[in-house]
Amino acid sequence: MIGLEAQGLSYSYGQKHALEDVSFSVQSGVFCALLGPNGAGKSTLFNLLTRLFVAPTGRIEIAGHDLRTAPRAALAELGIVFQQTTLDLDLTVCQNLTYFAALHGLSGRSARSRIDAALDQLDMRERAGEKARDLNGGHRRRTEIARALLHDPSVLLLDEPTVGLDAAARASITDYAHALAETGKTILWATHLTDEVQPGDDLIILHQARILAHGKARDIAGDLSLQDRFLSLTGVQA
Amino acid sequence: MTAYLTSLRAIVLREALRFIHQRERFVAALVRPLVWLLVFAAGFRAALGLSIIPPYQTYITYETYIVPGLCGMILLFNGMQSSLSLVYDREMGSMKLLLTSPLPRGWLLFCKLLGSTAISILQVYAFLAIAAAFDIRMPGWGYVTVLPALIVAGLMLGALGLLLSSFIKQLENFAGVMNFVIFPMFFLSSALYPLWKMAESSELLHDICALNPFTHAVELIRFALYTQLNGSALVWTLVAASVFAAAALIGYDPARTRIGRRG
Repeated sequence: MIGLEAQGLSYSYGQKHALEDVSFSVQSGVFCALLGPNGAGKSTLFNLLTRLFVAPTGRIEIAGHDLRTAPRAALAELGIVFQQTTLDLDLTVCQNLTYFAALHGLSGRSARSRIDAALDQLDMRERAGEKARDLNGGHRRRTEIARALLHDPSVLLLDEPTVGLDAAARASITDYAHALAETGKTILWATHLTDEVQPGDDLIILHQARILAHGKARDIAGDLSLQDRFLSLTGVQA
Repeated sequence: MTAYLTSLRAIVLREALRFIHQRERFVAALVRPLVWLLVFAAGFRAALGLSIIPPYQTYITYETYIVPGLCGMILLFNGMQSSLSLVYDREMGSMKLLLTSPLPRGWLLFCKLLGSTAISILQVYAFLAIAAAFDIRMPGWGYVTVLPALIVAGLMLGALGLLLSSFIKQLENFAGVMNFVIFPMFFLSSALYPLWKMAESSELLHDICALNPFTHAVELIRFALYTQLNGSALVWTLVAASVFAAAALIGYDPARTRIGRRG
C-alpha cells in the first residue's frame, strides 16, 4: 500500500524553479530519505506536501487522500516535524502537546492518554512540566516528534530534524524514526547528511529542483559509499 | 462539532496564556489610553467646547467624550498587536502548526481573531473601571450594553490586523504599517473630536473621517455605552469586518500565498 505519493509537482518563486516535475511514491512502513544539498528544493517539497503551498501542477496523495480535493482527510493522516522548532517556548511540554492535540480535535481523557503515551515513547514523561524554553535541542526535537505522533498519523514528514543536535541525539532520533517505519508508518526524512540513511532505506536524491535518483540506498550507492555517490551525482566536491 | 469547539477553546486559551506571560503588554495597553484620558483630556477640556450631540443629552466634559474613542484605541492597538504576533508566529514557525491542522483554515483564523478580541475586551473593561475610579462614569447598564459593540468593533479591528499580517512579510516592515494604519485611523476618526468640529476645519477631512470604519466602531461603542444602538455604525462596522475578514482569508489561501516560505 502506498503511504505517500507525489506526481508531477512543479513550483517556482518567480523565475526561479524550486521544483520541476517531481514524482515519487513511498510504500507504507518504509523509511524514505530525501537527500539533497542545501537549496535543492527539499523545504519547498515539504511545504507542498503539508499544503502550506499549493502546487499549480501535479498531485499529492497522503494515505490515499488527495491533498487538493480532500485536504482535511489528508492532513489528518500527516504528522510533521518542521526544520525550525515550532514549539511555544513559554508553554510547558505538556501545554504544547495539549494545544496541538486540540488543533486535531482531541481533548479530555483521550488527549491526556495519548500525550502520556507519546511522551513515554520518547522518554520525555518526566519533562512534561518543563517549559520548552528550558529544554536542550535534543529534547525539543523529541517533544516535536512526540507531538507529531499524537494523532497517530500514518505518514510522518521530518524536515532535517537533526539540525543542530549533537551526535548522540542525532543517532537516537534517527534510530527512533527507523523503528517507527517498522511499526507500519510511512516516514519521509529530509536531510543533507548521508550517515542518517541506512542501506535498506528508500532514497530520493533531489538536486537543483529535480530528482536525480530514486531507489534503495544500497542500490543507488553501488560500489561507492553513499557519501561518494551523492557527491558524484550532485557534482559537489567533498 | 466538538473538534471545532476543542480547537476554539485551545486557541483562545493560548492567546490568554500568552497575554498573561506578557504583563508589560497589559500595563502598556492600559497606560496608553489612561495618559490620553487623564493628561491629554485635562489639557484640552478648556480648548475644545462640545455641543450636545447624540447620544449625550446634556453638556459633558471632554474626558467623558473621549472614553469611547479610547476604548476603540485599545481595540485598535490590540488588533495591530495580534497582527504583529501573527507575523511573529509566522517567522517563528508556529503559524505552520496552525495552518497544517486538519480543521478549515478559515475557522482556525477566526478562533485566533476571537481569542485576541476577548483579550482586548478584558483590557477595555479594566480601562473603564479605572476611568470610573477617576469619576468618569457611564450609565450603569451601559457597561453591559457596550459588550456586543466591543465584540463587533474588536472583531473588525482584529480582522484588519489579520489582513495586514497576511501581507506583511517581515517583522521589520511592521513599524511602517503601524504609522500608516494606526495613527491615520485614530486621528481621522471621531475618537478625539466630533465630526462636526472636523467639518469646520475641512470638509475633505470630515468626509475621510466619515468613511473611516474606526469612526463607526467608536460611534457604535459610544452609543452602546449610553444603552443606545447606532444602526448605521453597526452596519458599517459589520461590513468593514466582513470585507477585512474575506480579504484576510484570501491572503492566507495556500494557493495564493507562501506562508511557509520563511522559517
